[in-house]
Amino acid sequence: MDFNFSDEQQLLADTVQRFVRDNYSFEARRDILRGPAGWSREMWQELANLGLTALNVPEEHGGLGNGPVETMLVMNALGEGLVVEPFLAAAVVTPVFLTRIGDKAAAEQLLPTIASGERIVILAHQEPRTRGEIDQVATRAEKTSSGYVLEGLKNVITGAGAADELLVSARTSGRTGDTDGISVFRVDPKAAGVTVKDYGTIDGLRAADIELKQVSVPASALVGAEGKAFAAIEAAHDHALSALCAEAVGIMKAVNATTLDYTKNRKQFGQPIARFQVLQHRMADMFLHSEQARSMSYLAAIKCVDPDAGERRRALSAAKVIIGQAGRFIGQQAVQLHGGMGMTEELMVSHYFKRLTAIDLTLGDTDFHTQQFIAASNAA
Amino acid sequence: MDLNFTPAELAFRDEVRSFLRDHLPVDIAHRVKNGLALRAEDYTRWQKLLYRRGWGAPGWPKQFGGPGWGPVEMHIFDEEAAAAGAPRTIPFGLKMVAPVIMAFGSPAQQQRFLPGIISGEVWWCQGYSEPGAGSDLASLKTRAERHTDASGEYYIVNGQKTWNTLGQYADWIFCLVRTDPNAPKQQQGISFLLIDMKTPGITVRPIVTMDGAHEVNEVWFENVKVPVENRIGEENKGWTYAKFLLGHERTNIAGVGASKRELGRLKDIARKETKNGRPLLEDPLFAARVAQVEMDLMALEITNLRALSAESEKRAPGPEASILKIKGTEIQQALSELMMYAVGPYALPFERRSIEEGDLASIAGPEYAAPLAATYCNVRKVTIYGGSNEIQRNIISQMILGL
Repeated sequence: MDFNFSDEQQLLADTVQRFVRDNYSFEARRDILRGPAGWSREMWQELANLGLTALNVPEEHGGLGNGPVETMLVMNALGEGLVVEPFLAAAVVTPVFLTRIGDKAAAEQLLPTIASGERIVILAHQEPRTRGEIDQVATRAEKTSSGYVLEGLKNVITGAGAADELLVSARTSGRTGDTDGISVFRVDPKAAGVTVKDYGTIDGLRAADIELKQVSVPASALVGAEGKAFAAIEAAHDHALSALCAEAVGIMKAVNATTLDYTKNRKQFGQPIARFQVLQHRMADMFLHSEQARSMSYLAAIKCVDPDAGERRRALSAAKVIIGQAGRFIGQQAVQLHGGMGMTEELMVSHYFKRLTAIDLTLGDTDFHTQQFIAASNAA
Repeated sequence: MDLNFTPAELAFRDEVRSFLRDHLPVDIAHRVKNGLALRAEDYTRWQKLLYRRGWGAPGWPKQFGGPGWGPVEMHIFDEEAAAAGAPRTIPFGLKMVAPVIMAFGSPAQQQRFLPGIISGEVWWCQGYSEPGAGSDLASLKTRAERHTDASGEYYIVNGQKTWNTLGQYADWIFCLVRTDPNAPKQQQGISFLLIDMKTPGITVRPIVTMDGAHEVNEVWFENVKVPVENRIGEENKGWTYAKFLLGHERTNIAGVGASKRELGRLKDIARKETKNGRPLLEDPLFAARVAQVEMDLMALEITNLRALSAESEKRAPGPEASILKIKGTEIQQALSELMMYAVGPYALPFERRSIEEGDLASIAGPEYAAPLAATYCNVRKVTIYGGSNEIQRNIISQMILGL
């Protein structure tokens, strides 16, 4: 049992924390959000220069070959700064998927450029029916003489508007809800029949709905074996759950610190409002929630690669629930304790609140994961 | 980062398991696992078995007879013992007064008192709280005046202690008493005395709690003569020792092992109970409530391990223990509540005698239902004692948040 990080891991955490502190101030972030794209390609390249886009790429493809613990440390730091560039989607989900799917050609073509930051490739998997249930794929890919024709809708795909290339999941056989029969295809977002509807989300990030209408792709666009993509999608999803939990933990640390600071400085009735016990106990509870959340994030990082599927599901779903609840409590109370100032755009606290809210709604919410936890526990 | 135990720790766990399998008396484990009352004799019998194995005092240093375990070994032992249905450690001797005697007592006091504690021969109880001194312990009023006669120097103690746990069985009591009522601050002028319960002038009066149990007492002191040699450390410095003791009170405070055992019991009951012809555990609403406690407990287990790991590396265990107290006790209460609700109306039939004697057949309803409401009532205490959870929040806000 050891809760220490290696020297390399600690160095990585310190480096990213310092980078975020120096380059991702409230004002810098606001300027990025107000820019035409709502995110910054230059910032992306900076993150790549730090090695972050290479983190989850295997060494043989020009990456660092790191794992969930390193990802956790990076996400902690990105969370503290509310970094809006699509790190989770492009530098965690996609490389994990491409590493697991076992397609040599796709890996050789895509992973080195992902690692270098040159290309942003986004896995478009979620659909209106998904809501955390990743076998819910209704998008179809009909086989033709020359390849496949895709038809369907992918929704609220974070970072998809920034994508140079999309990896689209579609059903080549079976029914919605089958794990078998799901395939993944490389799709050019500018191809005929593809509509990428890019929009901002409440948390300042960008997402897109992707409509696929009679989109023809060649047979070579298939990534991995036909109908066998589920395991790799699940692996990417599991890494993403762990990473998302870590981002929330980073935000909670920051939001607790800013709330503490605010209540020490804000004076009413002739004294700092932090002197009032009712606020002290609220902040004690916020701290308690954040510690429980951190514990579960550690568990998620360790267990997201556990070969025992039941153990993995239990740990990841429990982590998502505990962290979702902690995020909701901490976010709501942080706004409350900031009073009217908590309502404004002018302070970081409302932005933290919105991202914590979004995290609970992403990759399956608290209710969904409670059900998943129960199902996994009963199966054990 | 690695959440697994080392091979050496796993081997130790196996050793503990096999000892428990071979030596934990079946009748005691039956009582613990089914929420029945334990008798004083049950605690003592188990303590003597542990002592014979060399595990009588897991937390003590080797020089006083401890096994020389680190925090991880102690944690493994606590977890395994709880899972197997061993009685909880009665903390007053082993975990409270003993560390104070080791740290601040004279060599003569150490030789006199420690052997009886570890062997289970001598039962200790605590004289801290008073009717007017609960969370505000330093306001205590029990008075000790110093006198001299032919027999030597002694104190005359007068006053009242309360919430004295299991003092009806105790041979000795450790007490905080006021030796200087004129000290400029409340915390000054307090001394720490060890008092033989057989001394004339001591009266123990039961307080029966709402579950019908006699677990706590009032203890009255009327001109009780205590030799000065029974004082720990310096006169009027007792508050220092008291705070030291309260720090030790918080070891194994999370109670993860016992809560895991109770969670298992809850699930067993909820599998046997039915709702709409299906096991209650399959009812979505009830299953979600059980899952919530289970997930909270998973988080607490890791938080507890993090605290242990910090302790192993001699980083201060510190005020983080307050988190363990708050979450640990909330989980205990949630489990007792869910168990009671799981059996529905059959939680209501109540007969204290049956719970004491372990004879549940005479109560209406399934035997597992009989003690559940009483346990639910009893467990309300856990967020009150050992520094109420509100006091724990004060500690977090002062010691961690710097407010």
